[in-house]
Amino acid sequence: MSGWERSAISIATFLPLVGAVVIAFVPKEKERAVRSLGILFTGAALAVAVAIAIGFDYGSGGGLQFELDTRWIPVIGARYHVGIDGISLPLYVLTFLLSFLCAVYTWRFVPEPGKTKAFLALQLLLETGMAGTFIAFDLVLFFIFWELVLVPMYFLIGIWGSANREYAAIKFFLYTLFGSVFMLLGFLGMYFRADPHTFDILKLQAVGSSGGFSHTFQLVAFAGVFLGFAIKVPMWPFHTWLPDAHTEAPTVGSVLLAGILLKMGTYGFVRIALPVLPYAAQKYAPWIGLLAAIAIVYAALACLAQRDLKRLIAFSSVGHMGFVMLGIATLTPIGINAAIFGMVAHGLITGMLFFCVGSVYDRYHTRQIADLGGGLMQKLPYLGGVFAFVAIASLGLPGLAGFWGEVMALLSSYNPAGVLNTGLFRGFMVAGGVGTVLTAGYFLWMLQRVNMGTVPEKWKEAALPDVLAVEWVSWVPLLIGIVALGVFPRIVFGVTDGAVRGLMHLFGG
Amino acid sequence: MTIDYHAILPELILSGTILVVLVADAFIRPRRTWLAMPISLAGVLASLIAVLTLIGSPRTTFNGTYRVDNFALLFKVFFLSVALVVLLVSLRYFREGRWYQGEYYYLLLTSFLGCVLMPSSRDLLMLFISLELVSAPGFLIAAFRKSDPRSNEAGLKFFLIGVLSSAVMLYGMSLIYGVTGTTGLYRIGAALSGTLSGGKQTLAEAAILFIVAGFAFKVSAVPFQFWAPDTYEGAPVPVAAFLATASKAAGFAGLLQLMFVAFRAEYAFWTPIFAALSIATMTIGNLVALQQRQIVRLLAYSSIAQAGYMLLPFALVSADRVVNHDAFAAATTYILIYAVMTLGAFTVVIALSRESSGLLISDFAGLMRRAPLMGVAMTTFMVSLAGIPPTGGFWAKFLVFKAGIERGGLGTALAVVMLVNSVASLYYYLLVPRQMVFVEPETDRPLASPALVTGVAALATLAILAIGVYPQLFYHFPPLSTLVGP
Repeated sequence: MSGWERSAISIATFLPLVGAVVIAFVPKEKERAVRSLGILFTGAALAVAVAIAIGFDYGSGGGLQFELDTRWIPVIGARYHVGIDGISLPLYVLTFLLSFLCAVYTWRFVPEPGKTKAFLALQLLLETGMAGTFIAFDLVLFFIFWELVLVPMYFLIGIWGSANREYAAIKFFLYTLFGSVFMLLGFLGMYFRADPHTFDILKLQAVGSSGGFSHTFQLVAFAGVFLGFAIKVPMWPFHTWLPDAHTEAPTVGSVLLAGILLKMGTYGFVRIALPVLPYAAQKYAPWIGLLAAIAIVYAALACLAQRDLKRLIAFSSVGHMGFVMLGIATLTPIGINAAIFGMVAHGLITGMLFFCVGSVYDRYHTRQIADLGGGLMQKLPYLGGVFAFVAIASLGLPGLAGFWGEVMALLSSYNPAGVLNTGLFRGFMVAGGVGTVLTAGYFLWMLQRVNMGTVPEKWKEAALPDVLAVEWVSWVPLLIGIVALGVFPRIVFGVTDGAVRGLMHLFGG
Repeated sequence: MTIDYHAILPELILSGTILVVLVADAFIRPRRTWLAMPISLAGVLASLIAVLTLIGSPRTTFNGTYRVDNFALLFKVFFLSVALVVLLVSLRYFREGRWYQGEYYYLLLTSFLGCVLMPSSRDLLMLFISLELVSAPGFLIAAFRKSDPRSNEAGLKFFLIGVLSSAVMLYGMSLIYGVTGTTGLYRIGAALSGTLSGGKQTLAEAAILFIVAGFAFKVSAVPFQFWAPDTYEGAPVPVAAFLATASKAAGFAGLLQLMFVAFRAEYAFWTPIFAALSIATMTIGNLVALQQRQIVRLLAYSSIAQAGYMLLPFALVSADRVVNHDAFAAATTYILIYAVMTLGAFTVVIALSRESSGLLISDFAGLMRRAPLMGVAMTTFMVSLAGIPPTGGFWAKFLVFKAGIERGGLGTALAVVMLVNSVASLYYYLLVPRQMVFVEPETDRPLASPALVTGVAALATLAILAIGVYPQLFYHFPPLSTLVGP
């Protein structure tokens, strides 16, 4: 294996960290230099990630590529084991794409109270944590990356957020930490129950699929890791941190939270919880499906009641992640593929929605739907147009990215894995179907209230700029992605399918 | 009896330095009394070098009551390093406070002499002498801010509780001698692992209870923690730093030897006691810490809660050697990492104490702007104390969790209690970064921090992050298992 293949993903993952350190040493008066460095480092990392995606062997099926497995902390049996497969790759590339676009967006928009240097340094630190989670194949390493995102996100929300920021920041931190410590206990349990003791995810998967863990142990350990992942996703009823965190966070923070952080939870289910603890997964799947179905309907109803545009988008995330979890709960290849597709699509679409809301707030300095009062299409036709387009993508219009994840999740719950109760999952499918209708309802109603109608008196005279060049640069890739994934879903399915089938084979066998 | 002078060379150098400091103070002109600090520093450095020359095969002297092995060396290096740090951060504090400097350094070094003796003491009497040597000068330097009644209270409380705990402990030790007929730790261990007659068994258990209670005072475990917050608050801040780190670690070094060597055979009796002590200490420490408004008191309650985490591995001892070994390593590592982060936090407090006598948490407002280096350092220490990766504090907790899960049963339950506690503790640890980052300062004037203090804070931050990213660094020490046996 060449040096490039061994080190590529480590380079991409740690480049942002280097960037954060470099930025920390630039004098704060040099604003332009700081912003350029932010774009430079995220751009370079994105370039490496794209090179990895190009060099990825799509025909090889499930195996790990760009793998590096080396000594790290022998005393506790933890190794630096990183690699990438079809499940990781889409999320990995998405991480770098969104981070780069956020850095571009920051070129023009630094939220109050400024402090660009710290803002970018924290963003870069966050990027390393997020990217690392998707490539770690050692539980300890996974946990470190998983927790690495907490401190930067705490400060991003707490310093640059809106009015209620401190409450939202500490709630986010405590809530996710609470879940993840139980996850850690689950990991330690897996380590000691595996013979020989190991933190290696691949080895644990092999132990799990060959029935190496007792049923009782699986049920207990699954409860631990479930808590960690479910809070991160977040699944109903663990979602209460999300509306606060998403609403209070600065635009870039919301984009990264919704676009990537939430996927860490669902990814954890697919990567660790299901394959390592297959028996428990089968036992818990109906409950997960139930929670997912509740989340879909509950979130849609909650959205109908929101007055704050950003809070509405935040709640819509809960519903979309419900579809992802429903797909996972079916324990079928179609369901898992749908889930990963749903994650990527949600990252593009909801990320884009938060960009739009951020820009609306930048113009109007309010996010209350009533204060905006309609007429966005007339006042700012480009912004209104983009917003309408993305909202429609989010409600799952066929031909756009939001469609495939949802419809395939529903499809898979029509016919879940053999061990699961088909009737029950068909019930979930019906609930999900009702959810899609409600979703269409609240998005269209939102568009009606914000986009349509005439411009209210108070905004008539206001000189509000339409979409700026910086915004176009940071948005166009996402808009293209939304169309491309809608028209050619194979872009994602083709990548994930081999790995998912490999995983499910392990699971079934 | 021949004495292995090389084995006790570090202690000899330290004793010599103590005498030099005491005598020199009498001859130095009053304006130059700060010179005691560099003299002490040189002595501690020399002693540290002497310790490094001892690395190699274990040495025993004084008829087996004094042993220099890997465990002892590790703690000696640690205590002397803490001594260096405390000396460095004391200089400006005591010069500007115009308190008696010569006496202070003399007493501080004497305390450290006790610390350095402690991990080598393999005999009840040696152990007791070392412990008293740590505490007795501590009573005095805790009361060193003579004009402040709180400092007097600090010294008095510490003294009363200290002598009480010593008396209780000494009584327990005398009972142990009565039961086993020996004061040597290894011989006690051998005697207790045989069968004892009914009465002797009861007596041994009572003795263990007394000794554990005595040490519980020293390490400020609930319900013997009352003195700690008042003493830390009233004492000069460098002394509080010493009490919270070196003094506490000395207590734990003694406790580790007693429990894992002398009393291991009786584990069925004392592990439940430690489980209860550990849960009570961490829970009450954290709950009370949530309400604190003053930084030293916050750190004091934090140190109580952290003592609870350190006591947890003791409750995991069983017949299983592998688990014992891991529990021992977890406790030792926790104590050492805890000391680095707490010392760092106190260093930042010392820097702040030059402009704020009340040392309220609200005095940290805007520190991130006024002193970015100190702000980053304090944030790192707080995050590390809460156990968030990638900081050293995470690995300390990780090892304890791991040992708990490995033990299973009671161990798992204890690990769950501990992790709920550590999540709750995050709330109050974040109060400080919150003030530093989110709250605007009253003045934009940069914090005037002495170079020595800033340097120590930066060094501690680097250490915590280095351990966090590559904990293997920490394990390059020789195996810690020499005490628990093969």
